[in-house]
Amino acid sequence: MKAEKIMLSPGKMKLKKLYILTLIVLAFTGFGQMPIFKRYYIADIPGLGWSADFYMTHYIHYIGSILFLGLIAYFIVDYFLSERRRFKLSVSSGVRILLLAGIVITGIFRVFKNFPDVVFSPGFTVFIDIAHLGFAMAFLFSALGFLIAGSGWVRKR
Amino acid sequence: MKKELSRRSFLKGGLATVGVLGVSSLPLPATAKGVSGQELATLIDIRKCIGCEACVEACQEVNATKFPEPKKPFPKMYPTNKVKVSDWSDKKDVTDRLTPYNWLFIQESTVNVNGQEETFTIPRRCMHCQNPPCADLCPWGAARKLKNGITQIDPDICLGGSKCKVVCPWHIPQRQTGVGLYLDILPALAGNGVMYKCDRCYNRIEDGKLPACIDVCPENVQKIGPRDEILAEAHAIKDEIHGFIYGEKENGGTNTIYVSPVPFEDLNKGLEKAAGKPGLEKVEDSMAHADNLAKAMIIAPIAGIAAAIGKFYTSSKKLAASKEDEK
Repeated sequence: MKAEKIMLSPGKMKLKKLYILTLIVLAFTGFGQMPIFKRYYIADIPGLGWSADFYMTHYIHYIGSILFLGLIAYFIVDYFLSERRRFKLSVSSGVRILLLAGIVITGIFRVFKNFPDVVFSPGFTVFIDIAHLGFAMAFLFSALGFLIAGSGWVRKR
Repeated sequence: MKKELSRRSFLKGGLATVGVLGVSSLPLPATAKGVSGQELATLIDIRKCIGCEACVEACQEVNATKFPEPKKPFPKMYPTNKVKVSDWSDKKDVTDRLTPYNWLFIQESTVNVNGQEETFTIPRRCMHCQNPPCADLCPWGAARKLKNGITQIDPDICLGGSKCKVVCPWHIPQRQTGVGLYLDILPALAGNGVMYKCDRCYNRIEDGKLPACIDVCPENVQKIGPRDEILAEAHAIKDEIHGFIYGEKENGGTNTIYVSPVPFEDLNKGLEKAAGKPGLEKVEDSMAHADNLAKAMIIAPIAGIAAAIGKFYTSSKKLAASKEDEK
């Protein structure tokens, strides 16, 4: 059952586009952390040669994460300050929030681990690596499902 | 110099044999047992190295149980023109470069010192960086840094993608196809074996023993201890001989500190550089840019919160003004 379509203000529409673009960049550069783009000809596509450079994909992933964290913080505070009276979160947004929280928390640990003086146990290192990828995959598949189902983040109260 | 070379050739055979026979159980110095909680570093005084390869043989001997035993024939990997088999299983005797079966080798560099040619022999292996890009960028956590400063690759998890080798400034890890976890997942489509490199005999260190290369060296070329102490000693030697240090700042700092009487730029020029034969060039901190970006991640949510509060404040003011106008 599709929810009633909510018209976004021009400002919100721009932020939504930025959010989707950031997700695409994060997903692409995130998968690029695995040595697959050179093997599977992605880096041979004109203009995508950089995708085989692990440092480059890492930097872009970090820049995307900076943008993503800023957007998420904005959306959360904006919802509680300005939007909560008019809109309520949909059921699908609960799933998305859980998965995004998983991505963000494991991502923070992953970034933290990369600092010179931070050493995690081998088991925990493997766990956060696999969990980060797992949450990202689950989020992407669920986002695709919600897109097909037409389930948005919020509903009118 | 001639004296040094003849001494070297004399000792090469004899002492190497004595040294390897002596891979035993010399204990770690008390200060190196991790009591201080500091990372352990090694000091390599290249003035002392005679190139006898006792360390190389000892490394192979004590780590033989960790070496790959690939299953043949190897599964076909696709796309065939992109994925190359790396097979060293029939070349286990190679000792003049790094391989999955040779984690330490002796590199030679001939340098002109005061008009005379002088040859230096340098033990080369993983530098055990303080912020190792191999461990930071490994997508599975197969490469990891331990609290005692060792960087190791877990052969049970590594899929052999070779990313660690690509991002390593010295391209140290070496791949063996036909072994490891990838065989149990999608051998045709993902992975290509396991990456191998020096693990600084982590298991011997756990048991309170010296790494084999240090244990057997007849010339005491290497020393292990807390990094601060090793650095202090390296600087003392450097000052005494008006020498040079490599590894203290390279790649943001490593736990392998070389001391040399000649500049490392000169040694680097005299090295044969090829696959499995790393250089001694200056290396910037590979992770520095990422570390700076990571710090910006702390600011990002604050900026997002400030923007949302700013928007709320502006719209509240507008609303109040419009209500005022209505009155």
